[in-house]
Amino acid sequence: MTTQQLVLTIITILVVMGAILGACAYLVFIERKIAAYVQDRIGPNRVGPKGLLQPIADGLKFLFKEDIIPAHVDKVLFLAAPAIAVTTALLAFAVVPFGPTEPDAYQFVIAPRVDIGIVFVFAVTSLTVYAIILGGWSSNNKYSFIGGLRSSAQLVSYEIPMGMSVLGVILLTGSLSLERIIDHQVAGGWNIWFQPVGFLLFLTAAFAECNRLPFDLPEAEQELVGGYHTEYSALKFGMFFLGEYAHVITTSFLLSILFFGGWHFPWIAEHDSYAVVKVVVILVKVTAFILFYMLVRWTIPRFRFDQLMGLAWKVLIPLALANLLCVMVIKQLVASFGLSRAWLWVLLPVSLLLFVGAAVPAVLWSSRGRRVAVTASGDERVAAVAR
Amino acid sequence: MPIDPSDVQWVQAPKIGLLEQLYLPAIFAGMQTTVRHLFMPKVTVQFPEERPKMPPNYRGVHRLNRDEEGRVKCVACYMCSTACPAHCIDIVAAPSPWPDREKYPETFVIDELRCIYCGMCEEACPVDAIELTSLFDLTGLSREEMMFDKEKLLSVFDETVAAGTDPVRTGRGRLGTASELPPEQARTV
Repeated sequence: MTTQQLVLTIITILVVMGAILGACAYLVFIERKIAAYVQDRIGPNRVGPKGLLQPIADGLKFLFKEDIIPAHVDKVLFLAAPAIAVTTALLAFAVVPFGPTEPDAYQFVIAPRVDIGIVFVFAVTSLTVYAIILGGWSSNNKYSFIGGLRSSAQLVSYEIPMGMSVLGVILLTGSLSLERIIDHQVAGGWNIWFQPVGFLLFLTAAFAECNRLPFDLPEAEQELVGGYHTEYSALKFGMFFLGEYAHVITTSFLLSILFFGGWHFPWIAEHDSYAVVKVVVILVKVTAFILFYMLVRWTIPRFRFDQLMGLAWKVLIPLALANLLCVMVIKQLVASFGLSRAWLWVLLPVSLLLFVGAAVPAVLWSSRGRRVAVTASGDERVAAVAR
Repeated sequence: MPIDPSDVQWVQAPKIGLLEQLYLPAIFAGMQTTVRHLFMPKVTVQFPEERPKMPPNYRGVHRLNRDEEGRVKCVACYMCSTACPAHCIDIVAAPSPWPDREKYPETFVIDELRCIYCGMCEEACPVDAIELTSLFDLTGLSREEMMFDKEKLLSVFDETVAAGTDPVRTGRGRLGTASELPPEQARTV
């Protein structure tokens, strides 16, 4: 590596980290604004013009609050947990390309051409569970502990469908490198057309991995006070927060790279477009996904814990396996009969059929509706549920 | 209280159809509602700049009404302070300087911190002299400041009438029948 490359990489790291930290602060602001608008309110609008300085005020508040370490905690782990949360979330971004990566020009990624790209991202992001478990356990507090336990079960369960849902994409591309996945889509069409079910599975699992609603059981306020970060305050709490939002950004990038062609957009950002256009396109896609995350938060209520586990093990994993099987079979058929690549489009109807077909057994098995007791007066108070 | 088993009726929950089992239509419908609300008019009242319109029966800060000639309407009958459950009204009566009534309040002090804003003084008053206004943002820096005397209460009347937020509700400027002197005294005046 030449000195020039080293300097360039260091600058890239600094800029990207700064951008992510700033983006996280403003995501909190946008989240609050969207929350308010969805609830027919206005939201923060007092600090600065249109409330735009609110994130800075929030950040300063985190900085200047008293940093409390309760007497009953395991100090080392208590301090390590938020650090792990933030480090892993930021580290995962190292291999994620945020623009075009042509070998002879500036490459919009911290670590270019990492061949195990997607595996690295999964490996690092799944370390987040340590932060949550350690935070919950070292707090020495029942609510934190239950939050940590829930989270470990949830993250471990959803790792599996998350990994399996992208296997189809990886099979189609024949590479784990995120850059090559983009290149493949530029040449042959976005993966969403071939892997709609894979996309849905990945989206669902990503929500769960980010601890976002409707999967935010580790920090279910109504049941667990604050969940795993009950005992955290000031900047340490801020770091958990930062980790969560950085995770949202990373998964949004992954969604747009894996399924929506990364920086590619027909007619607007093709191979020979300016790099700036490509960066803008991918950022627009990422922003759209982040906004989608925030809207879903106010749409779907939180799952019960058994529903959460049922969704992962009984729905997502079998569906991901079936999806993978479809890709394998069709790719093999295309290859062995020497058919053209256009035949891969068969995957679209097959995927949709698979998705609808997956619901059929569930409908058949639940032919006997649940017996529900209601009071004689006919009010809808459910007294008991029997199977 | 436990529910009596005879009150419980068992019904069959409706069967889940294919479309519902797919979840996605329901999620899209939910997203539609969410997005619709994004663009709906907002209900927020930007308080210090924009003031909410209180209902006319709102029970806020008291005022002492004036009669047509601008005199205090109160006849110092003590009915409000007797009715007051919080004992926050303190009146000192004196012989009236005006011929049409027997007494008038020399001092009239309401402890606004002690008041529970129940409105019973207003109901008790025979001459409609005390009324609760729609002023809700009452603040002060000391306890003394929150002891509203006669002048302060009359100024509340002037302010609220001038602002048009609380028009005089009852009897206009006239005193009620309770303020009238007994017939034989009225003749001598």
